Amino acid sequence: MSTLTMSALSRLRRNPAANKKVREPFGDRVFLIVITLMLAVLLALVLLPLIYIVASSFSSATAVSAGRVKLWPVEFSLDAYQAALSNPQVLKGYYNSLIYAVAGTLISVTLTVAIAYPLSRKRFFGRNVLMTALIFTMLFSGGLIPTYMVVQDLGMLNTRWALLIPNAIGVWQVIIARTFFVHSIPDDLYEAATLDGASELRFLRSVVLPLSKPLLAVLVLMYTIYQWNAYFDALVYLKDPDLYPLQIVLRNMLILNQRGVGAADVAQQMQQQQLANVLKYALIVVSSLPVLIIYPFIARHFTKGVLVGAVKG
Amino acid sequence: MIVPLAYFVIFKYIPIGNAVIAFKDYNVIQGPWGSDWVGFKNFELFFTNPVFGTLLENTFILAFYLVLASFPIPIILAIALNEIGNGWFKRTVQMVTYAPYFISTVVVISMTILVLSPQLGIVNDGLGLFGIAPINFLGDPNYFRHIYVWSDVWQTAGYSAVIYMAALAGIDPALHESAKIDGASRLQRIRHIDLPGIMPTAVIVLILGVGNLMAIGFEKAYLLQNDLNLAQSEIIPTYVYKTGLINADFSMATAVGLFNSVVNLCLLLLVNFAAKRITGNGLWR
Repeated sequence: MSTLTMSALSRLRRNPAANKKVREPFGDRVFLIVITLMLAVLLALVLLPLIYIVASSFSSATAVSAGRVKLWPVEFSLDAYQAALSNPQVLKGYYNSLIYAVAGTLISVTLTVAIAYPLSRKRFFGRNVLMTALIFTMLFSGGLIPTYMVVQDLGMLNTRWALLIPNAIGVWQVIIARTFFVHSIPDDLYEAATLDGASELRFLRSVVLPLSKPLLAVLVLMYTIYQWNAYFDALVYLKDPDLYPLQIVLRNMLILNQRGVGAADVAQQMQQQQLANVLKYALIVVSSLPVLIIYPFIARHFTKGVLVGAVKG
Repeated sequence: MIVPLAYFVIFKYIPIGNAVIAFKDYNVIQGPWGSDWVGFKNFELFFTNPVFGTLLENTFILAFYLVLASFPIPIILAIALNEIGNGWFKRTVQMVTYAPYFISTVVVISMTILVLSPQLGIVNDGLGLFGIAPINFLGDPNYFRHIYVWSDVWQTAGYSAVIYMAALAGIDPALHESAKIDGASRLQRIRHIDLPGIMPTAVIVLILGVGNLMAIGFEKAYLLQNDLNLAQSEIIPTYVYKTGLINADFSMATAVGLFNSVVNLCLLLLVNFAAKRITGNGLWR
């Protein structure tokens, strides 16, 4: 009897989960089941639309147009993807978005570090005033038109720069970067480096940046996602379809229903209409693919970034 | 250092200066500072415009509805996830609910339109099972707000829950242990330990939510708009865009935008003040 209790006790100690199960009162178990069910329903609510879109994208145009697709592909076909990937507008948009994402991220990360690092140093004169001035822009802005006028005066209208520069720095990202620097680059480190004869820039390059890889990862992800998903600036500043990022192309095709040249006879028109329908589903999948691919990294790093930013600085 | 500073001056502070055209009759030749002063004429015109009431109503209702709906759900989600312990189910729910945050607005709206489509969408299929005739959700102005708000909740609930999960993880486990020994049920522990524990976080999230109240998404509203639902979907930001860039009435659009910014700032300060009074937590100490 005593050996039995002993082994049971040690098992409990090794495995707290088992411990909980043994002692959980009836009401709590019911509660847990209710919660699990609720989460399952939530999971389904989030997941079902996504599954429906993917299933439709792999179905034949006629099946989709007849509304026969639910949560599994009907008459499996890759026509939609073929149409999506052979559409010149889509390819152009993809190419443009890649440029904007890469160049924009490079500019944004550089500028953010360049302002956040000095703001994190205690010896930097007037840093509190400056920080307040930055945060103020989060709370109050001149508005759409006054900003538009600045972009216009700088001759950036209808150029790639309009998407790269006006929103290059996010105040939120500056806060995250500053908080990171404050906590992980102690001032002693700087003193040691200057004693060894390192200049300010040299210190930034050879000490600060190598120590800030987690931060850089967060910033890169945040800015890349921002650029990839942005459409508002392009809508406001760009007129030339050759410069359109993917999101604008998507809007035109998915929401405004613009299509290429119309076909002459009715049968062909019907077919085109059906293809245009199923094309939408494929476009959604294709355009979200890059983000999906980096999602595992995002899930890890983004969370960290959100949490760093949430710490009151 | 100089370059990013210049950036803030050029793209954030010069526009604030440019906003003087709200009080002027702007023309391109004379520039923002040279144009003639007209005082509050643009504001008076806007306030007496028949669309003013509708715009204000649409913006406010939509914004409040959004804050009210998107505030509690992430908290519930976080607490529920916290309760079920670590396992594959928790990880799956977290990964899946987090994902929509990274989908672009354009794609989310497109998905919404497709899913709600009267002929093809699965929502109407589902309603059909209960014998309900297909509903043209996007063609009816009365559905606009629900679509806007719940698609937003769908997209951001998992993301917002992360912040609360962190706050929950920061609660001292000893509190739960001693409550358990005293015989507190899970529900009681949630009510008396978890909720007070995440209160400070929740207050800040709420303040920021109200702070963004009037800045609510031009993006989504504009994408969801169509001629049929305009009666409820026209909000101040979309009106600014149309007045300013489509009708090229710079002064008027700036005046409307400025009105919006000022109302927004006042709301933020007000909520911050109230929160400080009631809970002792605010954005700044």
